This record gives sequence, C-alpha cells and structure tokens, in this order.
Amino acid sequence: MTIRAIRVIPCLDVDEGRVVKGVNFVDIRDAGDPVELAARYDEQGADELVFLDITASSDKRETTVEMARAVAEQVFIPFTIGGGIRTVDDTRRLLMAGADKVSVNTAAVKRPELVAEISREFGAQCCVVAIDARRSDDAKSGFEVYTHGGRVRTGIDAVVWAKEVARLGAGEILLTSMDRDGTKDGFDLPLTSTVSDAVSVPVIASGGVGTLDHLVDGVIDGHADAVLAASIFHFGEHTVAEAKERMLAAGVTVRPPE
Amino acid sequence: MGTIDANRPLIAILDYGIGNLHSAHKGFEHAGADARLTSDRGLIAEADAVVLPGVGAFGPCVDALRDSGLDEVALERIDAGVPFFAICIGQQLLFAGSEESPGHPGLGVFDRMVREIPDTVKRPQMQWNIAHRTTEHPMFDGLPAEPWVYFVHSYSCDTGPDVVATCDYGDTLVAAVARDNVWACQFHPEKSGRTGLQILGNFVTAALTENSST
Repeated sequence: MTIRAIRVIPCLDVDEGRVVKGVNFVDIRDAGDPVELAARYDEQGADELVFLDITASSDKRETTVEMARAVAEQVFIPFTIGGGIRTVDDTRRLLMAGADKVSVNTAAVKRPELVAEISREFGAQCCVVAIDARRSDDAKSGFEVYTHGGRVRTGIDAVVWAKEVARLGAGEILLTSMDRDGTKDGFDLPLTSTVSDAVSVPVIASGGVGTLDHLVDGVIDGHADAVLAASIFHFGEHTVAEAKERMLAAGVTVRPPE
Repeated sequence: MGTIDANRPLIAILDYGIGNLHSAHKGFEHAGADARLTSDRGLIAEADAVVLPGVGAFGPCVDALRDSGLDEVALERIDAGVPFFAICIGQQLLFAGSEESPGHPGLGVFDRMVREIPDTVKRPQMQWNIAHRTTEHPMFDGLPAEPWVYFVHSYSCDTGPDVVATCDYGDTLVAAVARDNVWACQFHPEKSGRTGLQILGNFVTAALTENSST
C-alpha cells in the first residue's frame, strides 16, 4: 500500500534577497519580504517552496544566503533555492543557512559532475536538477534541453538528460516547459509524462499553469509527483488551499489544508 | 544539572560536522527549548535532553559521528536515561547497520537493519505522508489522529516491537520508534509545519518533565 501525496509548490522569484514580480496578497505588509510570503504560503498549506534567485550580480549573491537564513528561522516547511549555483561551495553556503535543497540547471549542463559532487557531499535529497525543455524535432524524445532561461539550445535530449542526472545523483527533477512558461495554457503534458515515466526519481512539473485544473492534469495526465506554480498563487487568483481542494475533488491525493 | 530558566530545557543538538542543522536548531528554539548546536562534551553532559540529527547517506554520517567521538557520548546519554531524540538519518544511525553502506555499522541501540525502500515506488520518498500511530506515545500528543509529516528517505528501518508509527510507501514503513527515553523518527519534524513543531514541543515537554523529576 502506498500513499502518493502530490506536493503543491509555489515558486517565488527573488532578486538580491527580495521577492519580485508583483506578488499581490491582500493585507500583505511587505510584498517583497520572503519570510512573510513564505509564512503566508505555509498557512495556506503549501508543501514546499521554491525560491528562484534572479540576482544578476554575483557579488550580491550573499543576499540570497541571508534570505535563506531568515526564512529558515521562521518557516518550518522545506524550501529549495535555485539560480546561479555553480559549485559545491555555493551549495554548502545555502544549505548551512537553512535551505533544504538547491536546484542546479545551467551549471549542471556545463559540468554534469556537479550533480554527483553535490549528491555525494550533501545527499541526493538536497540535489534538485532543473531542466528547461522545449519541443524540438531534432531530439529523439521530441524535447530538447535549453539553458540560460530558455534562450540557449544544448542539443541534448531532455529524456536522456533526465536519466543521466538521476544516475548522477539528483534527488528530484524540476521540469519546466519553456514553450508553456508564462502562457497559462497548462503544463506540457507529453513532456511531463515522458520524463516522469523515464526516471525513478520524483518529477516536479512546471511552466504554464493558468487554472487549478491544470494542476490536476499535470498529475493525472502528466504523471507529475509535484506541481509548481507562480502567478496563479501570487496574484491572489487562488490560494494553495483552493488548489488542494480542487485536486482532492478530482481524486488526487494531497496533504489536506489544515 | 538544571538550566537557568526552568521552563526552557537545555537541548544539545549533536554537531558532528554533517549537513544542515540550522532548521533543527531553530525548530527546537521555536518549540520552547534553549537549543544548542554543540560537540562540547561538557555541555552535552549538562543538557536536559540530547538530539541526534542526520542528513545525507548513512555511511558518511556514521563515520563522521564516530570520528567526532560523539557516538560514545550519545550511547552514554541514552544509558543515563536522558531524553534522546534521533531524527531522519539520526534514527537510522541508532540501528545496527544499513544496506546503503555495508561495512559501516550503526550504534545498535535498536538491533535491526535499515533497508532500501522497494523499487515499486519512486525513491526517495520525498513527500508529506500520514504517520499512522500504532500505539499511544507522547511524541504525538496534541495532534490529529492522522498527522501529515514530511519524509525524505530512500532507506527505511526494519520493524519491531518499539515502532510507534508507520507510513505507507511501497510497503508499511517505520515512521517512528520509541523505547524508554529514546525517541526516533524517520520524518523531519523540523520541516513538518505546525504538526512538526508540536512534535518538537512534545519532546521539549518530555525534557522538562525529566528535568523536574531529577
């Protein structure tokens, strides 16, 4: 017997330690405060949080470490930090500050051993590999890995890469469809199911969520183990609790909102 | 030896140089303890309670614990009857050994093995799951009948008479064990939201109770 509870994960963009991209809760004191927003999502029943660091300047990265420390002091659900992580040392600083996982993307494509190094040093459970994929006739699976926020083609087949990072020690895969990202048209379900079925580690579906039913589709048709969304939660369209109620009504197991 | 503030028990979180202990530290503080990350034997001996955390793989954890010498300190505190809480890999370290790391024996407080979760499910189990209580235990005081807690693990402890909670993932897995002054859980109470903080608080209460009775 198995309980497979799908995780619902809000994703927040942070720049120099501040949440950006117009998170718009009613009553929020400071829409840029990662601690306050994380606490709000925790109250709504979020299972985890992902902070995507878009800080451009590498000498400002210490602000992200400070943010991780502040969040970990107040919020007691797991959180991942992704963006700009290139080395084991980058990873160590974030984990020691209280992040539970780091997510690596471009740096892993450039140097796949990074995945093995992080996994060996800190355990697979804290090593998330983010894969940004687009549809491509050149890839055998029909999906190709892109880097640099979806701008740079790699020529690597997304399914081949997913299997490779799982072999190297990734604890899970954060899979984003760059074709769907920002469209609100729903997850790329064939991409999600193809990758999820190909690997033995959990897959987080990302990119394109515009309605609560899209979350359900990502699980039932996309075979995702977790669903990530940003705008539908940030702009007050839906709470995480509403998302979970819809998923429960559709027969998807989730940790019920308290 | 007591603490300065009788309502805030001193909890020593064993720092043997492994992983992220920040969350466990803050979690116990949040739950009302004077929590210290420490490898100081004097402080550990003074503490009202001891926590053995752990994250990552079994072998590196048990090797680091032995290299630090805190394995003996932990066993000594357990024998002394001090409230003791082992979390995640910490729980596994109290067992005899793990399939994950052959040749790296555990502390053997529980004379059973740690084995890989069946490959019929995705591993690690990385999700919230229900801790099904198999018996009454103060670890779960004040919680709903079926509390949800956060698990991250690919290996699981063999079952036995000391199991106090299980979860269903590929099999009936051990979620928590307890014997006398020793509590241990596979899940991460410090990452299980309000439910987890209640569990940490229950241990703080146990530490206080023990402290006032000695």
